[in-house]
Amino acid sequence: MTMEDSTNPQPILQVRDLNLFYGEKQVLKKISMEITPHSITAIIGPSGCGKSTLLRCFNRMNDLIENCRVEGSIIFGGKTEINDRKLDVTELRRRIGMVFQRPNPFPKSIYDNIAYGIRVAGKVSKSELDARVEEALRKVGLWEEVSDRLEDSGMALSGGQAQRLCIARTIATRPDIILMDEPTSALDPISTQTIEELILELRENYTVVIVTHNMQQAARISDFTAFLYQGELVEHSPTKIMFTRPAEKRTEDYITGRFG
Amino acid sequence: MLRRGKLVELAIEKVLIRTAGYLAVVILFLILLFILREGAPFFTSYRLDEFILRADWYPLSGRYGMLPLLSGSLLVTAVALIFSVPMAICSAIFISEIAPPVLRNLLKVLLEILASVPSVVFGFIGIVLLGPWLQQLLGIRTGMNALTAGILLAFMALPTIASVAEEALQAVPRSLREASLALGASRMQTILKVTVPAASTGIIAGIMLGVGRAIGETMTVMMVAGGSPQITLSPLEPVRTITGTIAAEMGEVVMGDQHYRALFMLGLLLFLITLGINTLSGVIIDRIRRRQGGRGGQGT
Repeated sequence: MTMEDSTNPQPILQVRDLNLFYGEKQVLKKISMEITPHSITAIIGPSGCGKSTLLRCFNRMNDLIENCRVEGSIIFGGKTEINDRKLDVTELRRRIGMVFQRPNPFPKSIYDNIAYGIRVAGKVSKSELDARVEEALRKVGLWEEVSDRLEDSGMALSGGQAQRLCIARTIATRPDIILMDEPTSALDPISTQTIEELILELRENYTVVIVTHNMQQAARISDFTAFLYQGELVEHSPTKIMFTRPAEKRTEDYITGRFG
Repeated sequence: MLRRGKLVELAIEKVLIRTAGYLAVVILFLILLFILREGAPFFTSYRLDEFILRADWYPLSGRYGMLPLLSGSLLVTAVALIFSVPMAICSAIFISEIAPPVLRNLLKVLLEILASVPSVVFGFIGIVLLGPWLQQLLGIRTGMNALTAGILLAFMALPTIASVAEEALQAVPRSLREASLALGASRMQTILKVTVPAASTGIIAGIMLGVGRAIGETMTVMMVAGGSPQITLSPLEPVRTITGTIAAEMGEVVMGDQHYRALFMLGLLLFLITLGINTLSGVIIDRIRRRQGGRGGQGT
């Protein structure tokens, strides 16, 4: 999808009055926010505040949960209503990819892991498939490490490599937005650093929304930060401002470590 | 000095648990020994190659060729698998991946009930319903044949295969399904391309158990397979299986005579077949695990 000129970018995601309930329990409360294209937005907040749930609203992964009810609107790319029940979610999820907390490569070869998302979208020629697999692996800096063993199992990779494989797998479907749900929380510090550098590179071509537990991580890599507390969006502003002059007392208390 | 409690604990560990552990091996060994003791003298009066290669089984005329019985067993088992494997895998997929929780529990209970139907009852069904019906439908001379027996065996193997396969599907981590869905795969694509392959070792283990069930089943095949020891590839022919032969003829033999010993050798043959199936499934499962890799060798 081609986005508008960068001087006044139209938000790629517009969330309006989003409420979400698990049964009777309201998990997200009247959330409204906008996500700028080609930016990295970090969603922070204490455990159970609804960060992951909010993230999973963007690619409708909450559909998998029974008793989950969503109200309000999320507009993608200025026109697509994500909460439209008639929307083709498979198409949506190709445009809005997701990387999970724990690296979860398929028990398939490295090649097939990447090719999977392309293949389920429709028939492509072998040569195009090869090219797209290589392109995706290059973008995550994994090509040099694995190009001679593409037929090995993706599950034989180390944690950091496996997570990069999962990012490559997501990139291969050519999404506009990449959602990341605490992508480094299961990784060692060095792998975490590699992934963070990768995320910064991704900003050039993609919009990244990342849920993180780690406030330093949010401060290091994000352009915007959204602070969620007990299902409410307390504050959403440029990261620099958020971490130096938070507008809300609760934000300040959280980022200075007074709770959570 | 060891305390008394410690001593008791040691005794339990050393004696009880170890004995229990070795017991299975010991019993297996004793069974094998017993079969060999009763059966092996058969070859003092009968040639091994004739037993293996002769195409006729006529104990009254002193002809003991096991081939027709082996082919009968394999044919009935093959028919059973053709029907039961697709059915069982589909029902496992439905129960594990598609059915809502209430229906899932109900279906699992029903599968267990199906597994507990005595094989004689399946024999009744074959003789009274399925056999005559197939005979009429296909216009064949008898409804007591390998097809009828195979179909009934399929229903007996179905719960075995389906429940093991269902457990294997359930054991596939949720994160793999989510990864697939998040890449834009539909639910069906996820099931067929991620969940089922990830569960393939367990599914194969289930199929092998089903094979064992089918090949070792006695009563039903004795009642409905037709009982004619002939070598044929047509499931519409009456056949006689190894198990059925042993069960039917054991009561008529004189203990210790040639016929008696021949039946024991059939038992040994059956034993070897199941052993072969187990080994084969082990090899296949190992190979798949190696290809999928990184699962710590034990899988889920």
